[in-house]
Amino acid sequence: MKVYHDIVVVGSGLAGLRAAIAAAEKNRNLSVAIVSKTYLIRCHSVCAEGGINTVLRETDEFDTHAWDTVKGSDFLADQDAVEFFVREVPTEILRLNSWGCPWSRDDSGKIAQRILGGHSSGRTVFAADRTGFHITHTLYERLLTYPNVDKYEEYFVTNLVVEDDTVKGIAAIELKTGELVFFEAKAVILATGGAGRLYGFTSCSHIVTGDGTALAYRAGVPLKDMEFVQFHPTGLVPAGGVLISEACRGEGGYLLNKNGERFMEKYAPEKMELAPRDIVARAIWTEILEGRGFDSDYGPYVALDLTHLGEDRIKERLPLIREASIKFAGIDPVEEPIPVRPTVHYFMGGIHTNSRSETPIKGLYAAGECACVSIHGANRLGGNALAECLVFGRVAGELAAEYALNAKQGKISAEFRQKEEKRIFDDLLGKSGDESPYQIKKELNETMENYFWIFREGDGMLKGVKKIQELKERYKNVEINDKSRDFNTDLTSAIEIGYMLDLAEVVAIGALKRQESRGAHYRLDYPKRDDENWLKHTLAYYTPEGPKFDYKPVSITKWEPVERKY
Amino acid sequence: MVEFKIRRYDGEKSYWQSFEVPAKRGMTVLEALYYIKENYDSSLAFRASCRMGICGSCAMKINDKPRLACETQVLTLGNTVKVEPLDNFKVIKDLITEFDGFFEKLKAVKPHLIRKDDNYAEPKELLQTPEELNEYYVFTLCIKCGACYSVCPAAATLDEYLGPAAMTAAYRFCADSRDEGQKERYEIASSPNGVWRCHLAMECSEVCPKNVEPAKAVQLLRRKTAFSMLKSLLGW
Repeated sequence: MKVYHDIVVVGSGLAGLRAAIAAAEKNRNLSVAIVSKTYLIRCHSVCAEGGINTVLRETDEFDTHAWDTVKGSDFLADQDAVEFFVREVPTEILRLNSWGCPWSRDDSGKIAQRILGGHSSGRTVFAADRTGFHITHTLYERLLTYPNVDKYEEYFVTNLVVEDDTVKGIAAIELKTGELVFFEAKAVILATGGAGRLYGFTSCSHIVTGDGTALAYRAGVPLKDMEFVQFHPTGLVPAGGVLISEACRGEGGYLLNKNGERFMEKYAPEKMELAPRDIVARAIWTEILEGRGFDSDYGPYVALDLTHLGEDRIKERLPLIREASIKFAGIDPVEEPIPVRPTVHYFMGGIHTNSRSETPIKGLYAAGECACVSIHGANRLGGNALAECLVFGRVAGELAAEYALNAKQGKISAEFRQKEEKRIFDDLLGKSGDESPYQIKKELNETMENYFWIFREGDGMLKGVKKIQELKERYKNVEINDKSRDFNTDLTSAIEIGYMLDLAEVVAIGALKRQESRGAHYRLDYPKRDDENWLKHTLAYYTPEGPKFDYKPVSITKWEPVERKY
Repeated sequence: MVEFKIRRYDGEKSYWQSFEVPAKRGMTVLEALYYIKENYDSSLAFRASCRMGICGSCAMKINDKPRLACETQVLTLGNTVKVEPLDNFKVIKDLITEFDGFFEKLKAVKPHLIRKDDNYAEPKELLQTPEELNEYYVFTLCIKCGACYSVCPAAATLDEYLGPAAMTAAYRFCADSRDEGQKERYEIASSPNGVWRCHLAMECSEVCPKNVEPAKAVQLLRRKTAFSMLKSLLGW
């Protein structure tokens, strides 16, 4: 089946919803499709908790937000993009306000702000500790008011069609029927989120498998800075790394080792628990490696103590954290500390775009976690991801709309359609083999956790690269047991695992090549930042034999790199 | 070992299938389903995403009660765990049910802020005190999981009934101090498929995993709707 739209947005998290609204708003005659492998509000953005950074009051300045972001990035962020970004956030916050977002308030009724790690002052707007949930629902509700947007819910994307360096559309499986649907479009916006599921211990939803990133890569778009993986310091230990918000520390929570010491004073004496995430995650992991963590059946942990905040504050500001701790760990943070350790949370890297959300392919845009502008460089500050989704989602939507108004409708050839049908249904679903995709995923997760975790070193990473390449070979021999067409989640899981293997290889080789420590990429064998050789972005290009690498300078406008201390 | 009895459906026939799952403390029903899919039968179909009770994907009937699989601990359920798709929804495959209609009903109540001064280009900061926020905040917590709808006796007997989740959304916006769309929504709520269809069984509030209390929202909406109708009858 074929369908036609001017603009196809893939992904329904914050960036995708915002992009669809922006495109639909730009011109009501444009036909916009939003395509998602889940119902729109089942996206991973609903898991974001702590808040969203913006300069909202006269006591704060754009340059301060930009400087905090650049320093937090360990100077790998593109400063022109950061300067643009910080100026665009306030309007987005006010728009969400007038669309119904239940922002938390101060007593006078103004939008309240709290502080997150790495910021000079409290500039994080929030809706209790369910900020992502509330923004997602607000955008979804707003989206419903645009008659020129069509929702394609539970459509699993299998391919991105590019010819002559121009995007033509996408292919997706309609899950309910198992039918392959081809979307011909003038412009495509990828907003498919990160790839946290490369790892097993993660705050990311099961759906976070890097689909759009892998598709763009295979279609010839370079991936930027993929070796920078963010470990959120506080994942809930008995629940596979479910997110325990940085807002816990923003509201005044302490991190304690088993000796009862607030160990952050050794690692970041000034900012303490509110140092950036890379620094806090390394500190926790060091405490654990040096035997000062707690032991449990679910692995080691440190304690996140909120008990001194009092019941009222916890119930008002951190209700979701309390609910999750009680439901998943049997621990009420009002009474006792929460067991936590670093959890894979966010990919700083992604599809290479400029600060206008444009990829090198004409008509193809990317926004949100799947994209890399880069405003986060080597380490993202808490509260900047939701802001990024709104700003660059909007930019992508508006520019795609402008482009679509003057572009020709993409055409997907009959030959391509037949090839794609064959690739999915004959070559993958129909074939027999002796590998289980789930076993491959399990080994992939172990490999990433063994060799590409918080502390990395050359020999280990080399082993990891070889293992990933072995898994890629074995993947060619997978068999999908469920041979039916309708709602075949066995098939889609296997395709996701294929996406993840491609991305893992890029992360792994990129990390091995980068012989320095910067932000979230820390190497025991190269423990210092090396601006002379490595103040540059990694670009990985797809080839059938594996990624080819190139590098690109960082844009520096106002702030020369200096030593990063907190 | 815990026995999982799962109600399966392959598009033609419905049947029960049992699996033995090694359960340990902390394991959720969702983790058990993944265990079954990845080790015994990968054709088992269910929806899941966030596994932290916020995305609304994995509501299903577990030991006869609708719950989120991701936040239900296996060891609280005894030696046998019965898992079925939600009632009042058409089954597509195994535990996956048709939600298109549910979301259409939600859309029908205009679940978005309505304002005359909607200014996309230059929005202003609308104030709202913490007290005003608290008037409706609990009703914003609905994750649209469908648990309420699956136990609603009115929805069971009348397909067109908008249902507790949609009514809650309608009330949530009507009670928002920033909203100016009450009149439109009261009209929808007082339609033949609206609040007056509710049987006051209150089961929706019983099963809501987020304690949103849809039954209370329906009650409040009834009061507002009745008052609004009275006002228009009397020409106030």
